[in-house]
Amino acid sequence: MPDIDLGVTSLRELNGALHKLPKDTNETHWVIENPAGQHAIAAGLDAPLNVEINGPVGYYCAGMNKLATVQIHGNAGVGVAENMMSGFVHVSGDASQAAGATGRGGLLRIDGNASSRCGISMKGIDIVVKGSVGHMSAFMAQAGHLIVFGDAGDALGDSIYEAQLFVRGDVKSLGADCIEKEMRDEHKTAVHDILAKAGFNGDVDPSEFKRYGSARQLYNFNVDHAGEY
Amino acid sequence: MDATPITTPRKSATFDDYALSEIRRAAATGIYDIRGGGAKRKLPSFDDLLFLGASMSRYPLEGYREKCETDVWLGTRFAEKPLHLKIPVTIAGMSFGSLSAQAKESLGRGASKMGTSTTTGDGGMTEEERGHSSILVYQLLPSRYGMNPDDLRRADAIEVVIGQGAKPGGGGMLLGQKISDRVAEMRTLPKGIDQRSACRHPDWTGPDDLEIKIQELREITDWQKPIYIKVGASRPYYDTALAVKSGADVVVLDGMQGGTAATQEVFIEHIGIPLLSAIRPAVQALQDLGMHRKVQLIVSGGIRTGADVAKALALGADAVAIGTAALAAIGDNDPKYEEDYQKLGTTAGAYDDWHEGNCPAGISTQIPELAARLDPELGGRRLANYLSVLTLETQTIARACGKSHVHNLEPEDLVALTVEAAAMAQVPLAGTKWIPGLTGE
Repeated sequence: MPDIDLGVTSLRELNGALHKLPKDTNETHWVIENPAGQHAIAAGLDAPLNVEINGPVGYYCAGMNKLATVQIHGNAGVGVAENMMSGFVHVSGDASQAAGATGRGGLLRIDGNASSRCGISMKGIDIVVKGSVGHMSAFMAQAGHLIVFGDAGDALGDSIYEAQLFVRGDVKSLGADCIEKEMRDEHKTAVHDILAKAGFNGDVDPSEFKRYGSARQLYNFNVDHAGEY
Repeated sequence: MDATPITTPRKSATFDDYALSEIRRAAATGIYDIRGGGAKRKLPSFDDLLFLGASMSRYPLEGYREKCETDVWLGTRFAEKPLHLKIPVTIAGMSFGSLSAQAKESLGRGASKMGTSTTTGDGGMTEEERGHSSILVYQLLPSRYGMNPDDLRRADAIEVVIGQGAKPGGGGMLLGQKISDRVAEMRTLPKGIDQRSACRHPDWTGPDDLEIKIQELREITDWQKPIYIKVGASRPYYDTALAVKSGADVVVLDGMQGGTAATQEVFIEHIGIPLLSAIRPAVQALQDLGMHRKVQLIVSGGIRTGADVAKALALGADAVAIGTAALAAIGDNDPKYEEDYQKLGTTAGAYDDWHEGNCPAGISTQIPELAARLDPELGGRRLANYLSVLTLETQTIARACGKSHVHNLEPEDLVALTVEAAAMAQVPLAGTKWIPGLTGE
């Protein structure tokens, strides 16, 4: 089990070593100490690794992740797991802006709060936030699920496409073309399944969440909706 | 009795036929005009510059005997694998979606034959363009449609797009007619919707963040790929300086003549500045930072001829990019389709409703029957021919100025025909020593 001290080993060496691992490597468990808020730690992984980071990370930790599990025992800076393709990223603390931005797959779990623009332009990723999310979360969200145990800030789901949003607490306001929708059984099942994957084994009731999604009124330009844009 | 003489009916220069027709169109529809292409109105341009050529004080090179090199290195600042192009003309970013697969393949074939690069667009990388482009630049745009690390790693360079000349400050636009099944899948969007991309990147704001974003891209690709930053020409001095600060290997500067697949006419014609006025401030920023030729400068927007290429290089650019001209080379707006253009209410040479997807030449369309009109092999050959002519013309001018490499062209080789061009290009008005704004003579 490689144990890397980022106070000694450079970020470039670490990422280079992680990128060189073949997909069938048996050297799968890596522990990273002393991250000290460095940026792009474990970005661009492409193998089924389990990377544990003990401490706070800077911007774009686990960016564009594929296949790997990345556990951050601390807070995460801007764009954690941005454009993730697959795998699992778990932040034990809070996450800054644009968590999971443009993610295309995989699962991002944040145990604390996520700041503004959580899930911005998401394209298939599933995001679970135990705390609350900031303003403009799920802006232009295209696909995937955002599940929030706490509250959502202003303009949730502004200009949303086909992503599905689930919030248990209060929503300060909805953005353009985002509306509350009926929480049907298939949605409860979807929430249940994602929460199970995220490690919440039956201790959260999906029916406590409200569902939000696109009204699909802005999909094609209509001059009478010009004021909505 | 003789009729009373009348004055000839006179139309307003302000409310001319075009302005009146636009007012009538706006009144009838209630929506702004959307079109493709770049600025159409007359702008100060390279046409207002002339080369002095060699004479008593400078020796020319023999046209057919003495070498005049044309190669260009891009990405020598940080990238472990900088690009080495054979000619200083590249193909600008244009998306699959706005263009047909056949058009993208034509661009790849032509550029590869001439040893230069093509660029993806707002829609991701297709197998066709990767397969047919020996050197492919992969754009990172605000929308991030189709963005994935595998394509980052198989690209030859990465271009972070901040803006483009046709619409600095605007996002992409692709209307429902062109969102086919394949385009929709690549962009993770419902079919047939009007797609309006974001104008700001989702996960960074400002040059300090961009520096960190670029660090992430370098880490993901193990510091191998050159990273470009593309900006629309508006504040070229500061944008170039900030691009250098953000860690760019290459700055791409697109003037307002640069085309777009679709945007508002008012945006195209009224936001941004002409390329002629943008190059010198950008070069000045590089020189002030000691980075000229270390961070390379690619300029675009209205390049048509080898004379344009040579003038851009003389003003300090390392290479140019072409978009509209490349499309014309493979058949866009060809008069042989005049009958079809007439049916669309336009004429060959004026067709700019690229967003509607009915391109008679099979270029800006996703309709299979129209796209099939474009033979990618023939399109590629025509583009290669055109690139060859641009290069030969550039060499002709460089040799006449006594230069053994096209990069040796310099502002001192140029004069301006108009006061405006002299001021913008910072070269003397022909026959004088006067550079408006710089010299008092």
